[in-house]
Amino acid sequence: MTEAVQASGSLRNRLAITLIGGAAILAVLLFFLVRSYAAQIAQQGQDRILGASATSILDAASIRDGVIEVDIPYAAFSMLGTASDDRVFYAIYQDDRLLSGYPGLSLPDADLDGNGPFRTVEFEGADVRRVTASRTLIGADVRTVVSVSVAQTKDALAGTLNRISRNAALFGVGFFALAALLSFWATSTTIGQLMRLTNSVTRRGPQDLSPFAKPVPSEMVPLVSSLNNLMGRLDQSLSQSEDFIAEAAHRVRTPLATVRSHAEATLQRVGKEENRQALRSMVRAIDESSRAAGQLLDHAMITFRADHLERQDIDLVELVRDLVVRLTPVAEMKDIALILSGDKTAPFSGDPILLQNAFRNAIDNALKYAPSESSIEISVSTSPETSVKICDQGAGFPPDEIDNLATRFARGPNSDGIIGSGLGLTIVRDVAAAHGGTMTLRNTPGGGACVILSF
Amino acid sequence: MKFLLVEDNQDLANAISSRMQLDGHVIDHAAKIQDAIAFSETGEYDLILLDIMLPDGDGRSFLKRHRDGKMDTPVIVLTARSQVSDRIGMLDLGADDYVTKPFDHAELQARCRAVLRRKAGKSQTVMKVGDVVFDPVAGQLTVNGEVVVLRNRELRLLELLISAPGQIFPKGKLVDRLFSYDDDVSENAVEVYIGRIRKHLEGSSVRITTHRGLGYRLEHD
Repeated sequence: MTEAVQASGSLRNRLAITLIGGAAILAVLLFFLVRSYAAQIAQQGQDRILGASATSILDAASIRDGVIEVDIPYAAFSMLGTASDDRVFYAIYQDDRLLSGYPGLSLPDADLDGNGPFRTVEFEGADVRRVTASRTLIGADVRTVVSVSVAQTKDALAGTLNRISRNAALFGVGFFALAALLSFWATSTTIGQLMRLTNSVTRRGPQDLSPFAKPVPSEMVPLVSSLNNLMGRLDQSLSQSEDFIAEAAHRVRTPLATVRSHAEATLQRVGKEENRQALRSMVRAIDESSRAAGQLLDHAMITFRADHLERQDIDLVELVRDLVVRLTPVAEMKDIALILSGDKTAPFSGDPILLQNAFRNAIDNALKYAPSESSIEISVSTSPETSVKICDQGAGFPPDEIDNLATRFARGPNSDGIIGSGLGLTIVRDVAAAHGGTMTLRNTPGGGACVILSF
Repeated sequence: MKFLLVEDNQDLANAISSRMQLDGHVIDHAAKIQDAIAFSETGEYDLILLDIMLPDGDGRSFLKRHRDGKMDTPVIVLTARSQVSDRIGMLDLGADDYVTKPFDHAELQARCRAVLRRKAGKSQTVMKVGDVVFDPVAGQLTVNGEVVVLRNRELRLLELLISAPGQIFPKGKLVDRLFSYDDDVSENAVEVYIGRIRKHLEGSSVRITTHRGLGYRLEHD
């Protein structure tokens, strides 16, 4: 009855992918940021030492007798010592002439674009960091410029950077893992709200069309309120059609009752046999139409309820006993005894309205076909399986027809003169099937028909 | 017996009343819940027959009020619905039984009798004819101090005959009383039951006489 809804994408996946993808991008960004910031700081450290070294060399430069003298202090190179045995290069120029050190380390070319005195250059096959500083020395009638370049390979720095990169990468992966976990959690709690709503819709009984009262997250309020609206309208139209059926039944059955009562009263007064015969067939026709209408309605209701079976914990014995009490006056009219036997109690999970209707139809059937002053035995047993057996002492089912009797509107050949719609056993069978059981028709050896419902 | 019939359809009410009066019952008719309340508060009834759909409200509200007011007059609901759930709801509200319209008067009588029997004791109509005591509610006949429990058809047959001693009842009428309209029985079927009642009445001052071609009559000394 319910059509499969087409699914287009999944909110959960979309949300999870967005969150996890975002986390991955953030983690990579974080990695690069941390690494470049750390590299910058490490470079600044090296630069500062290089600068200090160059300055200390320059400080040691002086002019004596017009000659430049540079006494390179020990500290100038020792301060550059590293764990990685980095190599240190230096060059001292007077004006553009190399005084001492490695030629080609630098030409103190017109210094310096915007990058300050520090530069990373290639020297002797390695990347080195180089600083260049200069100082103007003024002696007696001499004025000269001394430039000092100090450079150092970057092995220690590279080591530090590698370490930092590794840590930053670990940090990024950790961040990503945590964020992914958080996204899964966030996704499932968010979707969980939806699932909870879905569950509470699904778990509702078919009759329950009351609005949802439980608080929901504000984003779901529009959905829930339109759901409530829809159910309100459904409830209204259902109760309208229920009212309509009740009203229609009332309108049809009340005049029928009037005709029947008048016919019966007239029958009491009329003496002429042909008039009596006419009145009798009138009453019979009324009974037939009202019974058929009743069973059609019952059958419709049973089909509806069987589609949405509402199980309750009930006692089959109690249910059948109520029914026996209810039907006893009718049975007594034919001096038929209704005998309830079997177990004292039979707990069962089922729809009491459906079950009662089924048992009533089976007993009604027995009452119709059983002879006067006989008995109908109704037994409820719980082992080996839960079953209800209704046996009369009538003529039994016609053996040829026994398999077809439960088909809709089928009536046995011995039903002449007995009012019925042919829906009775169909109802019994449908109710049994709705509860996962079966209906069996059987004739007892001593004569008589048995309807057995086993679950 | 005295009945209160609460039914808004005048035609149906007339039909039920005239049918019940034929059985010798007294019937008051109320067309609205208002009237029904007034009647039930002032009159002593053996039974109330209650329609559910009434112009000034739902018969169920009358039921509830009736029960809340600790009235113990039994109520049989006349319903036009055939939904079992509705029937169960009415029994929960305190109706003693229900019949679905259109109903068989014999069934209504049987239900009335069953309800009254359950409520045993209240305003029982016991009939005395000659030296025989007949209790139609309990279905008992006392002859010479001995109590006989009658079968249902014997009971209904005797009830009719004893309601008008001296009157001849044609066989056809008796058959209609004893058998449902879909039973195809011959008029002779009634003879079996006449025979049984005669047996019960043996030794009393009451007897049933056959009037060939006319029917049966209950007589007593």
